[in-house]
Amino acid sequence: MRTAILKTILTALPQALKLSALRFKEQAEEMKRYDAVIQMQTKDGSVGRSYHFKNGKLTSKSGVRADADVRVIFKDVATAVRLLTPPVDRAEAVHAAKNFAILQIGSDHLVQWFHRLINNMETLALQYGTPMPDGTTRYTHNDNGGPTFVYVKDGKIVRITPIELTDDDAEGWTIHARGKSFTPKRTAFVNPHALCAKSQIYSDKRMLYPMKRVDFDPNGERNPQNRGKSGYERISWDEALDIVASEIQRQKRKYGPGSIALYHCSHHQWGNIGYYLSALLRFGNLFGFTRVHHNPDSWEGWYWGATHHYGSSLRVGIPSFCSTVEDCLKEAEMMVFWSSDPETTNGYASGLEATQRRFWAKEAGIEFVHIDPNLNPTAQLFGGRWIPIKPGTDSAMAQAIMNVWINEDLYDKDYIEKNTTGFDEWRAYLLGESDGVAKTPEWQEPETGVKAHVVRALARKWGRKKTYLAAGGTGAGFGGACRNANGSQWTRNMILMMAMQGWGKPGVNFGNLQFGTPVEHNFYFPGYGEGGISGELNFTAAAVNNYTRMPHVLTMNPVKQTIPRLSLADAIVDGHAEGYLWDGSSMEAQLAPFSYPMPGYSRVHMLYRYGASTFGTIANSSRMMEAYRHESMDFVVNQSIWREGETEFADIILPACTSFERWDISEWCNSGGYIHHNTDQLNHRMVTMQHKCIEPLGESKSDYQIFFEILSRMGLGVMFSEACSELDWCKRVFDSSDLPHHVSWKEFVKKGYYVVPSVPAEERDPVAYRWFAEGRPKDLPEPLPFPSQYGETFLHGLETQSGKIEFLPSTLQRVDANEERPVLNKYIPSWEGPRTKDLVEKYPLQMISTHSRYSFHTYSDAKGSTINDIEDHRVLIDGYYYWVLRINAADAAERGVKHHDLVRVFNDRGNVICAADVSPLVARGVVKTFESAAVMDVVEDPRYGLVDRGGCVNLLTPSRKQVKGTSGMATNSCLVEIAPWTETNFFTVAAE
Amino acid sequence: MSKWNMIVDVARCENCHNCTLSVKDEHIDNDFPGYAAPQPPHGHEWIKITRQVRGSEHMVDTAYLPTMCNHCDDAPCLKAGGADGAVRKRDDGIMIIDPEKAKGRRDLVDSCPYGAIWWNEELEVPQIWIFDAHLLDKGWTQPRASQCCPTGALRAVKVEDGEMQALAKEEGLEVLKPELATKPRVYYRNLHRFDKAFVGGAIIADVNGETDCIEGAQVTLSKDGNEIAQTETDVFGDFKFDALPAGSGGYEISATHPQFGRCRARAELGDSVYLGELKLEA
Repeated sequence: MRTAILKTILTALPQALKLSALRFKEQAEEMKRYDAVIQMQTKDGSVGRSYHFKNGKLTSKSGVRADADVRVIFKDVATAVRLLTPPVDRAEAVHAAKNFAILQIGSDHLVQWFHRLINNMETLALQYGTPMPDGTTRYTHNDNGGPTFVYVKDGKIVRITPIELTDDDAEGWTIHARGKSFTPKRTAFVNPHALCAKSQIYSDKRMLYPMKRVDFDPNGERNPQNRGKSGYERISWDEALDIVASEIQRQKRKYGPGSIALYHCSHHQWGNIGYYLSALLRFGNLFGFTRVHHNPDSWEGWYWGATHHYGSSLRVGIPSFCSTVEDCLKEAEMMVFWSSDPETTNGYASGLEATQRRFWAKEAGIEFVHIDPNLNPTAQLFGGRWIPIKPGTDSAMAQAIMNVWINEDLYDKDYIEKNTTGFDEWRAYLLGESDGVAKTPEWQEPETGVKAHVVRALARKWGRKKTYLAAGGTGAGFGGACRNANGSQWTRNMILMMAMQGWGKPGVNFGNLQFGTPVEHNFYFPGYGEGGISGELNFTAAAVNNYTRMPHVLTMNPVKQTIPRLSLADAIVDGHAEGYLWDGSSMEAQLAPFSYPMPGYSRVHMLYRYGASTFGTIANSSRMMEAYRHESMDFVVNQSIWREGETEFADIILPACTSFERWDISEWCNSGGYIHHNTDQLNHRMVTMQHKCIEPLGESKSDYQIFFEILSRMGLGVMFSEACSELDWCKRVFDSSDLPHHVSWKEFVKKGYYVVPSVPAEERDPVAYRWFAEGRPKDLPEPLPFPSQYGETFLHGLETQSGKIEFLPSTLQRVDANEERPVLNKYIPSWEGPRTKDLVEKYPLQMISTHSRYSFHTYSDAKGSTINDIEDHRVLIDGYYYWVLRINAADAAERGVKHHDLVRVFNDRGNVICAADVSPLVARGVVKTFESAAVMDVVEDPRYGLVDRGGCVNLLTPSRKQVKGTSGMATNSCLVEIAPWTETNFFTVAAE
Repeated sequence: MSKWNMIVDVARCENCHNCTLSVKDEHIDNDFPGYAAPQPPHGHEWIKITRQVRGSEHMVDTAYLPTMCNHCDDAPCLKAGGADGAVRKRDDGIMIIDPEKAKGRRDLVDSCPYGAIWWNEELEVPQIWIFDAHLLDKGWTQPRASQCCPTGALRAVKVEDGEMQALAKEEGLEVLKPELATKPRVYYRNLHRFDKAFVGGAIIADVNGETDCIEGAQVTLSKDGNEIAQTETDVFGDFKFDALPAGSGGYEISATHPQFGRCRARAELGDSVYLGELKLEA
């Protein structure tokens, strides 16, 4: 019987394919692509049928042919029937493949093609896009800047707009507080960098063809010393892919495991398929690579400092914000924004959704205070007392506030008693009993530049009013003061301040209304942290949900050698480097050093560089230039969308297309993994189909396709793709989520998005840390700490050894003394700041370089972006768009600098030419800029050294780790001087 | 007949530039015959945002003023170019500079007292923000600039002129350069944040041997001996009198507190003034 069924299926398949080719011309075309014989058979050969494709015609014959190009072999009839009867159960198929019950033998391209023909029967029937009255078709897209509608006409994008929800979309939520009702608007508010996307897609900096450096010869002189200097010539895809594939093979043969390093940016264009944690990891795992391990670059101090006092290691040291929006609006009387500028940093990937909520806080009568060296855009918009402070001295002020609380009895003694340990030592330190120096407001004044009476006024108000503390961009974490030499001190103080005020009690929590909306928490859709198609269980969160929800074949990187990203240049140039892991699985994981090279592995001789340039975002960029040119680097390939920054340092450039030119699927703002419930920043959870809106420009290809083609040259193509296209993978992601309970695949693809309904008010989740304040078992919907990390009883207490907030962390007590990160969090002035006297004499200005407002790291900066025309981003002077440096009017006047004059910003590390923005918006002695210029445009000058006019201020920042024993960046501890720049011909002359 | 108006709340504009980017997204590389020729890739700001910074030390504030074609009902550009159809006023109040008929009419750029008409060098046409008339005609319910505004600083309303006048009165809306009587259809709320000045200071006193900020001090602003306004200091001792005419000359400030005494100061108002810390004496 089963044999008869199988024979019927095998006979019916070509009939179905032929029908599909009649119905869809795309299928008819696809069928013409190869002439080939595909053999389907049981292992014993008792049942078989061969399919003969010739000139787009398909015939089939019973039996087993010896000369088939592809052979699909089923263990037996039962297996074949199970796997060929629609709908195919993916779990069964993957299971069969993993246990060799089904084999597909043949060239990767033919296997992939045969499956495409089969899958096309379904996917070509999918409709997508909405015809609009103006003759355009409207598609949906999603990116770091938020979801958008993309209007396309004649294969070209006409416009990109935010998505306005309609009555067909699920209702939102309402918060009732203080007699008012707050309901978010029905528009998905996106970032500026989402709205300038068209200018980036069609940028003249797009790479449209594969390129080879003119003086790079893989079989002869490689000239590594000329990287970043010599030009490029166009080559064919075949040539480019052949060189890359053969170089990977050569590396493995010549040096052994470890010689190839994958080096990518912190973020890629959004999606579950084409993301670095997805396709890139699957690609790398299939040949083995030295990991360039990222530092938690936007968290830094929270991870290296705060976590030791209270846990939350899986969140990289930042707390949960669950339901804090409602609590804040109902209960809080004051919000202290401390190095917190959400109107610039916009949380993370949440568009401009939270802005309206902060207006609600004003309507609710909550008072704002802003502690920041800059009257930042958040402070500008919402008002409230600005307390300008010298960068890197925040900890002194924090301790003075706590000193006032103790002296004036303005802290929660009952909470301290029940929920903390070690307070007596901390108290003794603050009062000066243990070291003879009372940390009073007067003590902090010369340090911070903030008058004692202002600190006292703030401390008193804070001690008397229910206060939300916004420490960093998202309410805790992300940017600002956590990225300087004292970053971990500051974050530690923030936790200890909250402990003294009864963290978790009504109106007392971390937050700035950026996080903590009452959106649905039980609906599963994977974020990119879940690892997508990577099959990587160790370095993504795939093991939690994705691996079981979306059955796929695991991959694994056999190379254990790792380089800390901040020391990548040192590793290449010096041949060795040491670092500390970003590993959120415990508070202790970060404490053990790792080093490069790892015994038994090769040194790195090839860099596979992927994604946007990071010259602009990582400290001390000039060292990385040196690394690129180092003689030990045999080969550098760069796969990215735009020609900028590091692209020019490659031997081979592989042009990738943007996410508008390929398929993907994703939820807005869902990063999964290390930011559990990141979508709590949104007003409405939205899952989007990232339609392929247009064809890839020029000869560019999707990252996925590039990986497939390289691996196919090594016989690994189908191992990579599982014979799926990107659209097929989208369907698998869809099936793995909770979406199919609410909407069909067909409807979802057609409409392009789905709004997750919010929960009724009575079902909303509890407020973060309320359970802890009230001494109850933990009741938040988050899988941390791990069950094993509770001290005595599951769900009772924090992740710390005591289960309480520890003023003197047990973790730090268990390691060797470290004077830069002492157990007792005493104030230690910055190693580059106002107290480094010799340096200050030469370079008296403190430069902070924060996350940028209009671009997303280097995305949307330069490359013809319409964002360049925003004067707060770049200023056009003599035909060149210069990066902006904000400076106090008095400091500018002393140096003869006027508004929008060009200035040379410099220290011993380098020089950057910027446009001065002169105003009282930055404190005296401080200059502020952004960290993420996409351009580095340098000239070596005998007088100055390296001079850049692209705006890469990381040429000036220190590479020193913020605290000994960490791999934390301290780019906001940077002393510079500025001088007017009048050498207008400098760069033109240099270019000639 | 209801007509389009734009209401701009200066206090809610945060300089995010979503509106300006949307305009560029809509018009760069896109031709809408009869409405607008393509905008050059750089250099045109059909909606333009201008920053105003007031004050010094910690008492600083900013205002961002989005300006655009005012779609005036008594428009100088219409007078200059209406006769031959280069400029036309639609029934819904929207002004259109015809991309064909206005070719070569550089004079129209100069006709606008608001500087809201931009000259396209390459195509030789004057260009303005057209209120997205081409989209409204296809069923859009608002222009893109207000659609993408996260703060509600831009609000497009389509109402009868009478209704609009009532709304302007009710919400205290102003137009730019009202003295020109061009009858703009773009209205501003909280315009004083941009074009008026403030006088502010911080009140301190010696309290038990320490300096402290004084909350609850009564502060009076007078001009030529006449009391103009009163306010009370906040927890940081700060006070601020806003919406004063810039360049309006001398003011007297006096502060009193029942416990800590009084103090006086004078301010000469050119631009906004932060007087610094003023100490109460018994």
